[in-house]
Amino acid sequence: MSTVVIEPQSQSLAPQPTMPWKPTRKTQFSGIFSVVVVAIVSLAIVLLTGLAGIDGFGLTFLAVFLGVTVARTARQNPKVRKDSMVGVAICAAAVLAFFPWMSIFLSVILKGARGLQPNFLIENMQLTTPDDELNMGGAAHAIIGSMMMVVIAAVITLPLGILSGVYLTEIRGRLTFLVRFVVQSMSGVPSIVAGLFIYTTFVNFTNSFSGMAGSLALAVLMLPTVARTAEEVMKLVPDDLRSASYALGARQWRTSLMVVLPTVRSGLTTAAILGIARVIGETAPLLLTSLSNNSYVFNPMGGPIGSLPTYIFGLLQIGTENSINRAWTGSLVLMILVLVLFLTARYFGGKDKR
Amino acid sequence: METIKKGETKVMQGSQTSVATMSASQTTATAVRGLETKNVHAWFGKHHVLSDVSLQFPERTVTGLIGPSGCGKSTFIRLLNRMHEFIPSAAMAGQVLQDGQDIYSPDVDAAAIRLKVGMVFQKPNPFPAMNIRENVLSGIKLAHLKVADHDSIVENCLTRAGLWKEVKDRLTATGGSLSGGQQQRLCIARSLAVEPSVLLMDEPCSALDPGSTLRIEETIKELAEKIAVVIVTHNMQQAARVSDFCAFFLTDGGPGYLVEADATKKLFTNPTDTRTADYVQGKFG
Amino acid sequence: MIKVMSVVPSVESTPDPRELFVIYNRADRIFRRIVTSGALTSLILLGLIGTFLFVRSAQIFNDRGLKFITGSNWTAGSGDGVIPDDFSIGPMLTGTILVSVIALIIAMPLAIGGALYIEFYAASRLRKLLSTMLDLAAAIPSLIFGLWGVVLFTSFGERWSILLNSRFGWVPFIKVQAEVFGRSPFVAGCVLASLITPIITSVSREVFSRTPRDLIDTCYALGSTRWGAIKTVVLPFGRSGVIGGAMLGLGRALGETVAVYLLLNIVFRYNFRILESEGGNIASLIALKFGEATEYELKALVAAGFVLFLLTLVVNMFAATIVEKSTRRK
Repeated sequence: MSTVVIEPQSQSLAPQPTMPWKPTRKTQFSGIFSVVVVAIVSLAIVLLTGLAGIDGFGLTFLAVFLGVTVARTARQNPKVRKDSMVGVAICAAAVLAFFPWMSIFLSVILKGARGLQPNFLIENMQLTTPDDELNMGGAAHAIIGSMMMVVIAAVITLPLGILSGVYLTEIRGRLTFLVRFVVQSMSGVPSIVAGLFIYTTFVNFTNSFSGMAGSLALAVLMLPTVARTAEEVMKLVPDDLRSASYALGARQWRTSLMVVLPTVRSGLTTAAILGIARVIGETAPLLLTSLSNNSYVFNPMGGPIGSLPTYIFGLLQIGTENSINRAWTGSLVLMILVLVLFLTARYFGGKDKR
Repeated sequence: METIKKGETKVMQGSQTSVATMSASQTTATAVRGLETKNVHAWFGKHHVLSDVSLQFPERTVTGLIGPSGCGKSTFIRLLNRMHEFIPSAAMAGQVLQDGQDIYSPDVDAAAIRLKVGMVFQKPNPFPAMNIRENVLSGIKLAHLKVADHDSIVENCLTRAGLWKEVKDRLTATGGSLSGGQQQRLCIARSLAVEPSVLLMDEPCSALDPGSTLRIEETIKELAEKIAVVIVTHNMQQAARVSDFCAFFLTDGGPGYLVEADATKKLFTNPTDTRTADYVQGKFG
Repeated sequence: MIKVMSVVPSVESTPDPRELFVIYNRADRIFRRIVTSGALTSLILLGLIGTFLFVRSAQIFNDRGLKFITGSNWTAGSGDGVIPDDFSIGPMLTGTILVSVIALIIAMPLAIGGALYIEFYAASRLRKLLSTMLDLAAAIPSLIFGLWGVVLFTSFGERWSILLNSRFGWVPFIKVQAEVFGRSPFVAGCVLASLITPIITSVSREVFSRTPRDLIDTCYALGSTRWGAIKTVVLPFGRSGVIGGAMLGLGRALGETVAVYLLLNIVFRYNFRILESEGGNIASLIALKFGEATEYELKALVAAGFVLFLLTLVVNMFAATIVEKSTRRK
């Protein structure tokens, strides 16, 4: 009887896990080697034929690589050849798809870093012209203006977004489909149309451009993002939790307010932050509602107000060397803001899942 | 020295436990026709899920893999046609031999192995964008096989899967229009079209009603007249009805391992190990 | 008699299901009302945007009728009536569509390739990194794309334009009249393409990742290659989702303001030659003319905004329907 039992082997003799399907070091090396060879060959072709620049190089590289792949798989069955050729095409498409934003990340960091001096964060442009040296003037007024507007917009939007999230997940009334559909379609309203809407209403009624008008325009753009994210996070609340609350005799409003909402608190933070990240770089609506300003404005109703996007946009239209450099630095600050918001949202978003 | 000795005892144990697996025609000591595993282990990351399984699956037999859930049966069956490696962080050790050739050796084309060792999954899954005929022929298209007569393949495979009479008049209907049991038989027909020599089935009936299950079991028996079938099942009655040989897997919280492998009749009536006896009598699992 | 009835139940004896009533108390009713009205804000807001834009611009549609859409001039009058006001958005409307379609044609293959790469080709660690970066890329403000386009991309764009013109000059859409390249619909379209690629990639990746794993496994079990599995299972499964993503991208491109404003020579003339240095779109028209517009011109701008609103609304509703459908089918 005991002979039948297959004893688990002792630790010292235990076989080691292997992954025989993984490429061996040798094939990996030959792969890297062939890529390098192809790169050198294409570089030579580029230098000899006058196809200039990184784009010419990329194209030649792809062509040579495809040629090598075809030659290499020529003897194999057509299935394998097709697979490797499509593989090369997909990788090439992916590189092209990722190239622009990689390039943007890099160029914003490299070109923006030059102007990122302390004065950029603490001074405004009241006494400086855009053409002045980069160690004069700054974007403090624009940063403050942007912050103020997005925070007001978030304060307006968050309750509405939460209510629509609660409606879609807790009440699930007759209009559920319609509300979801409208939120979805509204996320595509062009930002300039939102600006135009606030212009024809709020700006016309109050008879002045203002930070408040800018906030309202941003709120219109923010609402769909916040509402949808709020719905997503509330959907994650397990139904057991609601059932448990109902089984204790709780009414719906108590269940929603005291059980569901507290559970998704950090998820709702995510919703608000993602909403802010979505609109903080919006330029078009601000051109029609808050305009721009070269000095500090702290009153949301106190007339035109500076903001980072309109600051960058204005500098771009001047178009001199120093103003473009300032624009890059402004973009760097804007990008850092988006990144920080994004990472914060990730952090809070990860919290609920645990 | 130590390892070799260990290996030898392993063979001894194997031959003791699965004497019956060696049918009369399979006595050649070297290259065994059919599928064979030698000291197979499996890991997911650092998690050791399957330990030291040596089994043989000769031609024209049905082998049932039984055991409580989580004992590595499904992992084991996916190792047999190199589906294991699609799970990130999966790793293995040991050998899987197909007609004496190690399918995990680096010069072997995994896709070619999967053509020889077909697989049917738990849930019936005909390709949704294709009709019945296209579903049967999908394997031929995917593997770029050159076949002259498509019609006869469709008829032949559907007949072997026991579905021909029911669908011969509506071959252009979508696979989704069939009942669950019919869909699963369509999936079997799809696997047969590329003429595998082994068919792996991972709980093929767990999503079906009793009537359909019975039809599938008949189909399996008919298939075993030509090829080897390996079937994972939770249902011990099913294993008893359909299989010629059975292998019982178990886990004690660690990696799953093989407790006993034998002719089905022996395993169910007079098992060597008490744990097998307890399991087949329904005392646990 | 009674016995027979009970053994063979007649059709009438099958009981109708009872209606179940839920009674909400006062607090619940108030709660539901508040939540419902909050949820309806977005609905009302959308209605308000349409209504206000239309009311404010009704005079224009009344004055000019269909000529507002078809005409090609945007001339502010002299005020004394010597030169009459002449506002129409024809070239801007066609320009909007032209630039967006160019962007979509370029972006689609790249986005699908990128999504397939992330989901099926990249190693798992790279996949996680790339999908995070992708979400971040979708959040880059269009202004920064515009800046990048003006400063860095334009030289590439010009070079490609010259190449295209010299090789494919015989194609009507590609031929140019003046040999001035840059600030053309093609260049703007390229930058818009890189702007919408992350969005389409992200949506496509999402639907591709929902492909049932066992269908893909089945392909492999039938001896298929990776591409075979993608072609047989993944692409048919993800098709409607990808179309929905493309529509979302198109909606974004149609309404883009600053990137087009910075990258396109805005000229009021119908232009379908993609390399010619002239074009425009409605959104950039509004941004361009808003600053020094007369009151009547402002109304015309609002009218243009209304047309843009309707255009994007149709595209986005279409997209929303498709995306909703494709994500509901799990």
